[in-house]
Amino acid sequence: MTAVIDEPPARERPPSRWAAPARPVWEEEPSTAGVAGKGLVLTLACLAVLFPLWIVVVTSLSSRKTIDEAGGLVMIPKGITFVAYRELLSGGQVTRATVISILITLVGTAFSMTVSVLCAYGLSRIGSLGHRWFLLLLMATMFFSAGLIPTYLLVQSLGLTDSYLALILPSAVSVFNILVLRGFFMGISQELTDSARIDGAGDFRILWQIVMPLSRAVLAVITLFYAVGYWSAWFNASLYLNDQDKMPLQNVMIQLVQKQQAPVGLGQAIKTGELSYLSVQMAVMVMALLPVAVLSPFVQKHFKKGMLTGAVKG
Amino acid sequence: MSHSTVPRSRAEADDDGTGRTPVTTGAAATTKKANTGKLGLRLRFRRDRALILMTLPAVLLLLVFNYLPILGNIVAFQDYDPYVSDNGVVSMLHSAWVGLENFQQIFADSAFWNAVKNTLVLFFLQLVLFFPIPIALALLINSVLRPRVRAIAQAVLYLPHFFSWVLVISVFQQLFGGAGLLSQLLRQHGYDGLDIMTDPSTFKFLVTAEGVWKDAGWGIIVFLAALASVSPDLYEAAAMDGAGRWRRIWHVTLPALRPVIALLLVLRVGDALTVGFEQILLQRDAVGPGASEVLDTFVWWNGVRNQDFGYAAAAGLIKGVVSLGLVLAANKVAHLMGEQGVYKK
Repeated sequence: MTAVIDEPPARERPPSRWAAPARPVWEEEPSTAGVAGKGLVLTLACLAVLFPLWIVVVTSLSSRKTIDEAGGLVMIPKGITFVAYRELLSGGQVTRATVISILITLVGTAFSMTVSVLCAYGLSRIGSLGHRWFLLLLMATMFFSAGLIPTYLLVQSLGLTDSYLALILPSAVSVFNILVLRGFFMGISQELTDSARIDGAGDFRILWQIVMPLSRAVLAVITLFYAVGYWSAWFNASLYLNDQDKMPLQNVMIQLVQKQQAPVGLGQAIKTGELSYLSVQMAVMVMALLPVAVLSPFVQKHFKKGMLTGAVKG
Repeated sequence: MSHSTVPRSRAEADDDGTGRTPVTTGAAATTKKANTGKLGLRLRFRRDRALILMTLPAVLLLLVFNYLPILGNIVAFQDYDPYVSDNGVVSMLHSAWVGLENFQQIFADSAFWNAVKNTLVLFFLQLVLFFPIPIALALLINSVLRPRVRAIAQAVLYLPHFFSWVLVISVFQQLFGGAGLLSQLLRQHGYDGLDIMTDPSTFKFLVTAEGVWKDAGWGIIVFLAALASVSPDLYEAAAMDGAGRWRRIWHVTLPALRPVIALLLVLRVGDALTVGFEQILLQRDAVGPGASEVLDTFVWWNGVRNQDFGYAAAAGLIKGVVSLGLVLAANKVAHLMGEQGVYKK
């Protein structure tokens, strides 16, 4: 009883998330120079990431006049115009490529997640039949690669040239992702799954109704990993697609930004002087980075919970 | 579900389940392992067939796209003719067998040795200039107490990891290319423009810098996790013994990071011959193969571009075999050092 009374009173309100938590008594107070130095380095590191993106976004929103005045890339915005985006999204090469990229990402991610979650759960029960062999088969792929040429010949022999399946199937399974999922599934309390089994639930039902709802964090993280993989991929498209009309956004970006080709069907707006070619390039880049930049902070809060607990158990 | 498909009584089914789910009735209180050992193969299959079924799609995909192509390395020993048939397998069956001729040619090819040299130089540059940065950033962020500041800094620094290489190189081109921001500013102030993106002499530093921009922030995630698991008692005890801030980093923090650093070094060394295929391929045309050709792009150039599949596959096979040896050797070293490595002994 006395122990309860002796306890210090509970804190009245939770501290603001901006406030620093109490420093342990044994730790020295930091010097002003130390704090300033840390702040400076951290700010510079963040600026190194954000400043280039700022220039890209601002230039994509600038009119021809602003760009000419700035002599190229614009650092300080003067008026905002969406003409570059309007042109790019009014049908034509970039619109089509964007739709293709979105569809491949959606279908590919759904497929990869289904296969990976099933496999991770299937391997999450130590001592099940074939468990060790399957695991060995998976892990071994992390140590070797069959090589570019044999893989290329195989995909071609399967008749996947010019098919979007060639952009999904060869890279659909990431063993690393499966191991992370498996590590997380193995951490779920056995009592839960056991009681469900006693109530007559089979493995598919246990996975769907018990394991998956408990694993939202790790599922969100792995979904993001797969989605980013599909959205960013360009090499397999350059390898297996011959038809230029089928190219996803990244490949179109290579042509427009790196090879400096004018996008098909855009000549008119550039000729009339309303639109600078530079802002078209920037707009394509913004379209490629926007989904990723919007999604990743959402998922970031799950990183600690999902990714690490899973990865540590490997 | 398994219960509906296994036509047995509830009691029997539960008993069957004890193999992987120890039910604490007295009769079944044997250990898991002993119990699985007792079950026959058929019973175990019946018990685990749902699990096996779930594993199969991923296993099949890996067998087809990761294991089956290993056989395709046969073309490395052939004068492979891609024009025999549209089907690679048919072409393979009709191509002439040349033994080790491809390998002999490769070892006499100065372009191959140039690729080897570029690969190794890039590997060492990345190891020296890239590897320490995430550790330093993690120490820095770990020393920040305010949770909101930490979260924002992490979110910003992680971001480029999720960008595609096409985007990263496009961004660098806009900053450092012939028409980029740097040239633009130089010209406005009366200097000559500068095109770093096509300069072969600085290319390897450019590649390293792109890698740092994209992945250094992401690299801190592992180190932060390791730092979070250090017990505060250790720091307190060190402080009581009179250790200052820097001594605590040296004697408490860095030893705590040692296993992670060793593991990442092992992984990096095992992967030494892979130095950023997509990244370099995207810039190969601008810089030229002299400075930019690495082993992976050498394979791509000879196989995909020049259609000399036998030659390219042979180069790829050399890289694959050496890489496998490196992974195994790096693990061995890690074990000798008393660290865990990628797999356990």
